[in-house]
Amino acid sequence: MTAVWLIARRELGTYLRTMGGYVIAAAVLFVNGILFNAFALGSDRSHLSTDVLSQFYYLSSGTIMTASVFLSMRLLAEERQTGTLVLLASSPVRESEIVLGKFFSSLIFLTLMTLAGVYMPLLILVNGKLSVGHVAVGYLGLLLLGSTSLAIGLLGSALARSQLVAAITAGGLIVGAIVLYPLGALTEHPQSDVLFSLGLWHRHFPPFQVGLLNLRDVVYYVAVTYFALFLSIRILEARRWR
Amino acid sequence: MIEVHKLTKYYGERAAIRDLDFSIAKGEVVGFLGLNGAGKTTTLRILGCLLLPTSGTVSVDGIEVTVNPYGIRRKIGFLPDVPPLYPEMTVGAYLAFAARLRQVPGCEVAARVGEAEEKASLRDVHREVIGELSYGFRQRVGVAQAIVHKPALLILDEPAAGLDPAQVVEMRGLLRTLRGEHTVLISSHFLAEISQTCDRLLVIHGGELVGQGSEDELAAAMGQGGSTILAEVRGQGAGVSARLQRISGVTQTGERKESEATTVFEITAGTDVRAEVARVLVGAGCDLLRLERSTSRLEAIFMNLAKTGGPQ
Repeated sequence: MTAVWLIARRELGTYLRTMGGYVIAAAVLFVNGILFNAFALGSDRSHLSTDVLSQFYYLSSGTIMTASVFLSMRLLAEERQTGTLVLLASSPVRESEIVLGKFFSSLIFLTLMTLAGVYMPLLILVNGKLSVGHVAVGYLGLLLLGSTSLAIGLLGSALARSQLVAAITAGGLIVGAIVLYPLGALTEHPQSDVLFSLGLWHRHFPPFQVGLLNLRDVVYYVAVTYFALFLSIRILEARRWR
Repeated sequence: MIEVHKLTKYYGERAAIRDLDFSIAKGEVVGFLGLNGAGKTTTLRILGCLLLPTSGTVSVDGIEVTVNPYGIRRKIGFLPDVPPLYPEMTVGAYLAFAARLRQVPGCEVAARVGEAEEKASLRDVHREVIGELSYGFRQRVGVAQAIVHKPALLILDEPAAGLDPAQVVEMRGLLRTLRGEHTVLISSHFLAEISQTCDRLLVIHGGELVGQGSEDELAAAMGQGGSTILAEVRGQGAGVSARLQRISGVTQTGERKESEATTVFEITAGTDVRAEVARVLVGAGCDLLRLERSTSRLEAIFMNLAKTGGPQ
């Protein structure tokens, strides 16, 4: 068994054995359900099914980013706070394996949690007309956005000593990455193009929302995830130099 | 097994340890003594590959800590001052996790966990959740995770800290069982534990190594040569004091009544003469109830080294 899977499995067990994971999952499903009913469906039931689905993904993108912050805040900060990071750091395990194990555990939990809300698109499918491709691309977009937010959250957890500070740092980084796009509107070409392209949400998520799969958007989310994980690994390695 | 040369670690402008030089042979059990802030934990963390030194070299089994920390981590078991335990896991699951992390083959994990639990007397709590165990049990789980993969080198930072007297005795028993199977480096404030468990002592003060050697060697270097042996007997025969005085190496003897029936002899000698003392006392018709080296001498050595910064 590889160290990555070993760490991921233990971490996943922690989500499932403690209240924290269930509380986050329940809160996300509850909020998504309320938002779906109140805003995506709305009181005017004459919406096109595809618009309702698009609205569902729009609303879910907010809850998934928020959930990612709460799921990732404990990953490294808690280990450091309680001293258990020593067990991993004194074992023949590389820092990259620690970070990847933590990341995959949270990604698996986030995926399970996200898929638990699949009944909402299914309700639209039963009562209206939808393309399966739209449903699949929308979920792919949610999971890519979630994975990027988790990686940024993990970076916050690597930087902080306490879970609260980790959550605030991760939240700040995610909000900062989102507002790059509105900031771009305040600058001129070519800086504005760079900021538009770097923004976490406005340019890259809406295509998924309406069922469009662009390679550019997939590459963006994978690249930001990779960069955030890379920084987390470097921060863990640098701690040995304190 | 361990070679440390000119080891120095700075935290910012402050030197936590400076120019440490020592070596530890395979199979030795070595005690690491020092006051709080002396640099013990920093040194142990460097040996455990958790920190990198500012300068100097550390090698474990010929592997440099800065060159191949991954290789060294396979050979060590590390118990930090706060045991690294996941409170939501059961003892068995946690030890199995620790064993797999240390690359114990899957087919051997259950057996290794069983052995570690046996040594640390954890059999009865195999299925218990760690967070619900007493402090003493958690400390033992900490030791068990350090030995579960049978490491060549065992580094224990304050294994008896925070334990009550009964638990300290149990921990001492556990540490004794590790002798012979591992090279052990123990840091502790409990001088009795160090005195009774270790072959050799390293004394660190203000980040510098101020003494190393056996208790006798350190005592000799501090001008406190000789050891004091306490022997408690029942039914004293005639002229025992004089016969003890005639043992080669004995410089002084004293006796005091411990109770109506028992007497305690204090024998000061240049070398360890416990075996000769036992023979004389039994030969004189006494019932030997207790025979031990006085720990107060180690306290004196430790305090002198800490105060003076080394042998004069």
